[in-house]
Amino acid sequence: MAFFLETLIGGLMTGMLYALVALGFVLIFKASGVFNFAQGAMVLFAALAMARFSEWIPALLGTESKLVANLLGFAAAMVVMIASAWLIERLVLGKLVNQEGITLLMATLGITYFLDGFGQTVFGSDIYKIDLGLPKDPVFLLESVFQGGILVSQEDLVAALIAAALVAVLAAFFQYTSTGRALRAVADDHQAAQSIGIPLKRIWVIVWSVAGFVALVAGMIWGSKLGVQFSLSLVALKALPVVILGGLTSVPGAIIGGLIIGVGEKLSEVFIGPYFGGGIEIWFAYVLALVFLLVRPQGLFGEKIIDRV
Amino acid sequence: MKLKSLALAAAIAFAGLSTALTSPAAFAQAKEQFFPVLVYRTGAYAPNGVPFANGYVDYLKYINAKGGINGVKISYEECETGYATDKGVECYERLKGKNGGATVFQPLSTGITFALTDKAPGDKIPLITSGYGRADTVDGMAFKWNFPLLGTYWTGADILIQHLAKKEGGADKLKGKKIALVYHDSPYGKEPIPLLQERAKHNGFELQLLPVTAPGVEQKATWLQVRQSRPDYVLLWGWGVMNSAALKEAVATGYPREKMYGVWWSGAEPDVKDVGAGAKGYNALAMQHGAEPNAKIVQDILKEVHGKGQGTGPKEEVGQVLYMRGMIASMLAVEGVRRAQERFAKGKVITAEQARWGFENLALDQKKLDALGFAGVMRPVSTSCADHLGSSWARIHTWDGSKWAFSSDWYEADDSLIKPLVKASSEKYANEKKIARRAPADCQS
Amino acid sequence: MLYRENGQFKTSYAADQQIFPIIQDRVLIVAMLVVAFVVVPLVAPEYLFRAILIPFLILSLAALGLNILVGYCGQISLGTGGFMAVGAYAAYNFFVRIDGFPVVVAILLGGACATVVGVLFGIPSLRIKGLYLAVATLAAQFFTDWAFLRIKWFTNDSSSGSVSVSSLQVAGWTIDTPAEKYLFCLMFLAVFGLLAKNLVRSHIGREWMAIRDMDVAAAVIGIRPVYAKLTAFAVSSFIVGVAGALWGFVHLGSWEPAAFNIDRSFQLLFMVIIGGLGSIMGSFFGAAFIVILPIALDNLTVAVGLNTALASHLTFMVFGGLIVFFLIVEPHGIARLWSMGKEKLRLWPFPH
Repeated sequence: MAFFLETLIGGLMTGMLYALVALGFVLIFKASGVFNFAQGAMVLFAALAMARFSEWIPALLGTESKLVANLLGFAAAMVVMIASAWLIERLVLGKLVNQEGITLLMATLGITYFLDGFGQTVFGSDIYKIDLGLPKDPVFLLESVFQGGILVSQEDLVAALIAAALVAVLAAFFQYTSTGRALRAVADDHQAAQSIGIPLKRIWVIVWSVAGFVALVAGMIWGSKLGVQFSLSLVALKALPVVILGGLTSVPGAIIGGLIIGVGEKLSEVFIGPYFGGGIEIWFAYVLALVFLLVRPQGLFGEKIIDRV
Repeated sequence: MKLKSLALAAAIAFAGLSTALTSPAAFAQAKEQFFPVLVYRTGAYAPNGVPFANGYVDYLKYINAKGGINGVKISYEECETGYATDKGVECYERLKGKNGGATVFQPLSTGITFALTDKAPGDKIPLITSGYGRADTVDGMAFKWNFPLLGTYWTGADILIQHLAKKEGGADKLKGKKIALVYHDSPYGKEPIPLLQERAKHNGFELQLLPVTAPGVEQKATWLQVRQSRPDYVLLWGWGVMNSAALKEAVATGYPREKMYGVWWSGAEPDVKDVGAGAKGYNALAMQHGAEPNAKIVQDILKEVHGKGQGTGPKEEVGQVLYMRGMIASMLAVEGVRRAQERFAKGKVITAEQARWGFENLALDQKKLDALGFAGVMRPVSTSCADHLGSSWARIHTWDGSKWAFSSDWYEADDSLIKPLVKASSEKYANEKKIARRAPADCQS
Repeated sequence: MLYRENGQFKTSYAADQQIFPIIQDRVLIVAMLVVAFVVVPLVAPEYLFRAILIPFLILSLAALGLNILVGYCGQISLGTGGFMAVGAYAAYNFFVRIDGFPVVVAILLGGACATVVGVLFGIPSLRIKGLYLAVATLAAQFFTDWAFLRIKWFTNDSSSGSVSVSSLQVAGWTIDTPAEKYLFCLMFLAVFGLLAKNLVRSHIGREWMAIRDMDVAAAVIGIRPVYAKLTAFAVSSFIVGVAGALWGFVHLGSWEPAAFNIDRSFQLLFMVIIGGLGSIMGSFFGAAFIVILPIALDNLTVAVGLNTALASHLTFMVFGGLIVFFLIVEPHGIARLWSMGKEKLRLWPFPH
């Protein structure tokens, strides 16, 4: 029983982290209708930027404090992400307006390759460290009730809390600010939004910047957990089932989907995996999402696609 | 439209021209011994591939600085494989005929080794797979062109079990213990399993297999399982970012690092640097060498290569574990060529076939190794027609938080279990491929 | 002036429905086939065969299969690498377990097994559409990745999960030189290319295109979506499976499941999109582009003298950049440029 709870809690927290990456997908799809396959590369790029800037800037300025280094690195990485958002909108999306979904998908795949190569050229391909000062040792809860206690990773807990906070901030942003309202309007209907004077191009830059911010936070958390290296971009592949299970257009869907996939993945690997020799995590997550999709083809909270003939 | 068609025409012309350029240069009279260097400096495995490549190339530069192999200079060319089999094959095809012909290939990837094992005999180019590759290629009578010098995954796994037995107080004390293998789910990670299963039967311990999907970043579930089953020891068979991820998850689930033992590809600075103090106490196999900052060869290279501004990588890397591994791999190739020169054509460029004879007749005794600068680093290596392994000694080293330090005596792999496995496997290969074993007379060529 | 159909009258239905109704086209095709079958094996250097031509042929076959699914039937699939793997391993099992099993039959049976798996993973397409389907097909990709690593029976109980084949023989003729391997693949490609072209011109092809364009309307006029979508998956998986078997048998010789991983799936999708969706010629163009470009960039950067890491990163960047460039310049792919070129050629030298 204790082990089941351990796995469950671990799954929930991992799920929150997947949801963090999935948020980036959902944001961009909601606002511009582009399925951004480059989200993984953006996570990696942002994490690399932060890791390296928090090394280089203090070395330049001579400060020793880790907090200052992290803050400066974060700020610098944010600038980089906004700049790349602007460039992507200018050079790629602006020219591909009104193309089919699959063309835009392929364009984002092209951006992925570009960001991968560019990031590694500028920042290097070694494993880099993001040290947020999070405690790495686990805590053991309820040791009196269960023998050995229930293991909860402190790092994961803090990460999950940060993710939850980010979601709350984003929800507030969308609900209560005028830019947020503009974003929702654009997500609803591009033409209508344009006709009332909302500048589409600027909105897209804002959306990609917000997605860049989400990617940076995700990269920061995953990077501090796993180290910043090329394979970080593969985390996006684990976030894809979350996106389709929750629905491509729903922020709460990304969270719920993340929790479901996280729990499903871990429970399956730990309890069902041994019967199959192990390693079933990744395809189980996709099969789980597939099963949900068979019941609700647009994801749990996605918008129904209405076909007019 | 005009700009578009112009751009298109330019792109097509460029593609056509570069296709013409991609064919390797016409055969020119070889004045230098050509060593192709297959590397991966990008991708998920780059942190471990880069120091190996730097060590390999630095040693070649060092030999050139010392006047070459009996006066024959070395030319080399790097080719990026990214640890991908098809890119490795493409690099092989591109470089095998260049600059007078490649002398030897060292793929540094078990996957690429499998692919090249089929092609190399046809092209008559030897493969050195020092410490990786197919474990059954030690059988020189079946695998004429493969040289897994210094160790294979079977000898490594065997030595790990020997060490654990010694720690427990004797081989009989292993009975009833539980040993988990956390491995990279690829041919590399799966290679030691047959030997470990044999050993489990022989010594009576329970073997738990925990695969980690490549590239091995996601290991939370694996280590939760480790926490549940509480094995006495965990063997780590990872590569690249999987190693540091494993150590980080071990910290996060509270598994004592002192009980973790990695293979020689899981025990280097890039794997533990990131984890820092959390990795203290982690042990790994050292395939003869460990981190050797004080070795004479390291001082020589710092002087002759880095001192003259020719270093391939940063100076701090010289003497680190993987740098040494690359350097030793390079040294074995050079010494094989030197040996072949003794028989065939001293002071001249030799062919790949002749080099193969050299690798098959290596006779590096301690005196020679000391003279080369490897005193205290390596034990004697001597290969023969039937034995392409050369030496199966290894030690254990432990990370103390800031450096690797040796923590055991020398072990030699126990052939009693390995030999029958090698025989069975190489026979299966020969039957599948319908190739005959070599006749003893063939050993003279 | 040169490319005109003046004076070419068709006097029978068969003549009217030829694949290449214009004589100039037929001459060009025959010339191309002669060059491909006769001239190239005689003059091309070994490196060209091994590194460029053979991968090009096999991948264009796979792109052909994927184009049928994505371009003609509109079902986006990211599991192509998995179907190639099924084809390769199934062919391997037939070839190795049964002594003296003919290679060609083994490869075709590999394709058949891929068909079964393809139809199975195509069933969700009856309910799920668009990008959701694309991600759902990744389940097929990752499942096959795992299955061939874990289930030992598939790899003939090899301890490492890596398998290899050798000594391919067709009717007594051993295929071991690069030129022979090239001809072997070329024959498969020629046959399947012809089959695919005729298939998409037939009523099944029209059903697929109707489903692609407006699936609700197609169902209304009596096209059964189940039949159309599943046949698309079946035919596509068959061709992709054969291509996978060829990739393993002829190009690699020895492979492990990572040879058919998700990067392969993305690569094939790139080929199809850049070459042109819904066009048989497009598959060839796309395959040529994607096969040659990285090698050309690699060689160029080596010739310029950059170190390998930088060269490799630059290759990635240029690759990504060129893909985006192509999508901006011609979103319908190179095949569209080709057909526009032919249109212009019809009027040449007159402007309109």
